[in-house]
Formats: sequence, structure tokens, C-alpha cells
Amino acid sequence: MSEANPAHRRGAGAPPSELAELVAAAQGGDREAFEAVVRATHADTYALALRLMANEEDAKDVVQEAYFRAYRGLKRFRGEASFTTWLYRITANCAATHLGRRSRHRHESLDGEAADLVESRPDVDPEGRAEAALLRARVSAALEDLPSRLRAVVVLRDVYDLPHEAIATELGITEAAAKVRLHRARLRLRTQLFPTRDEREDDARAV
Amino acid sequence: MQCDQIRELLADAVDETTALDAVASRHVGSCLRCQAELAQYRRLLRTLRSLRHQPVEVPADLAALVLARLEAGGRTPPWARRVAVAGALAVSAAGAAGAIAVVASRKGRFRLAS
Repeated sequence: MSEANPAHRRGAGAPPSELAELVAAAQGGDREAFEAVVRATHADTYALALRLMANEEDAKDVVQEAYFRAYRGLKRFRGEASFTTWLYRITANCAATHLGRRSRHRHESLDGEAADLVESRPDVDPEGRAEAALLRARVSAALEDLPSRLRAVVVLRDVYDLPHEAIATELGITEAAAKVRLHRARLRLRTQLFPTRDEREDDARAV
Repeated sequence: MQCDQIRELLADAVDETTALDAVASRHVGSCLRCQAELAQYRRLLRTLRSLRHQPVEVPADLAALVLARLEAGGRTPPWARRVAVAGALAVSAAGAAGAIAVVASRKGRFRLAS
């Protein structure tokens, strides 16, 4: 794509109002505007996909599928929510489909993958001094250790602030089930990150 | 109410997914153990929310692959698969630039579904 293309120049890091203009142009059939939308949003979409899938290759597949579905359904986007939220929902739905397919093909063994991801990201906490950064790294690792069905709900609710109803719809479960999974996910994360003395002793006995 | 019963509620009370009732609130107000656990859930929630703004390393060829998939009508074109594999094997600036150049030469054919 040429640098002379104004849609491309405006794409990367576009603020919300500019993104809305690009989306409107894309809805009107301007394909270069949609390319600019992809360039402006794909990093965030990938971050969500990676947090949902805990696997880089799967996340790339989910992102490609999400944009394909978004592109096909672009004329149905009415702007009630922000485009970003709409795209997050599509991404969540694609991830749920992908996870369902993956679990049919093989048992999940994310523990090793999660450890690799954390080990390969020394930039998360380069000097090991900032307590908040260290906690973020531990929370990220704990998220990746969760079973995917729990991880999906807590990522969508607590990281991306999607409403319970939207989460339930995109994951194909009831709102009550989404809340139960959220409860279990938070409980497991809290227990892993801040174990009480009793919980540490239980853990030691289990080993 | 006992601490064990209250502690079951704290994971949902932290953002009022399910708010504590008056009895449970009074208990938490007077129980240091439950207060400490609620504080842990709040810290967990703050950290989870902060993750959204943490950058992740985005594959250099991702935008190119997305656009290629659009052009191919939803299927991953064979050349894009080769680029993806090559990119995974040798993550290099030259490889990424090559992937983007290939897309640039192929762009511009996808159309919005009516």
C-alpha cells in the first residue's frame, strides 16, 4: 500500500473518532479504509486473542477469522457500541469456536505453553523491582494456567470489561453460567496469587 | 454468618456481580480476615484491568495475513501459509518486509459483502 494513501496514513494508532470515520468509509465500500482499520486495530485484537488462546499461532488464526467475519458483517455494525467493542465480541466468538475445535482434536496442555510464554517475555518485568509489574506478570501467567473456558470469561469481563450478557452470547452459554465461570476463575486466581496459610498447607499436602 | 460462607461471596462482591447483603456486609465490616481477602480480590481485579493496556508483541506479518485472508475470501492462501511458516522459522525484518511486499502486490481485490 502506498504512503500516498490517506486512509493508510491515518490508520495506525487512530483515535476513536478517526477510527469511526474509517469504519464509516469502509461500510461505504472503501476497501482501503478497511485496510486502515485493520492496521489501526490488529494489535489490540491480537492481544485479546492471545489472552484468550494462550497460544501465538492460534491467536493469529483467530485474528484472521475475526477480521474476515467483521468484514463480511460490516454493514450490520450500527454503531450502538464502539467498533472496538464490536470487534472484541467477534474475536471472542471466533476464539470460542476455535477452542471448541481444538478441544475436540486434542487435550489441552497449556501449562508448558504458558510457562514458555512467560519465560519469553522478560520485558514484562525487566528488572524485577516494580511490584505492580511483577504482579501483572504473575497474573498473566496464572491466567494462562486457567482452563480455557474459565480464562475466556475472566479475560472478557475483568480485562476487557465486556458485559455479562455479551460474554454469554459470544461464548454460547447462559448468563448464569458465565457468572459461575467468572466466580470460579477469580477464586482460582486469588488462591494461586494470594494463598492463605491454610491454602498453602493444602497445596503442600497435595504434593 | 461464618467466614467460610462469606468468603464464597467475595469473588462476586468485588465488582458487585452479586452484591453482599446487609448481614454479609456487617460481617466483612468487622472481620479482618474477610477484609483482607476482599482486598486481595480488589488487587487482583485492578491488575487484571491494567493488563488491557499492556502491550504484547505482535507478529510482524499479522496485518498482511489478515488482508490476505480477506482477499482469499476467508481461506488462507497457500502462499500466506508459506509466509507464516517462514516467519515462524526465521523471524527477521527481511522476512516480514517480504510478507508485506507480497500482500502489497496482491492487495485491492476484496469487496464488501452486500
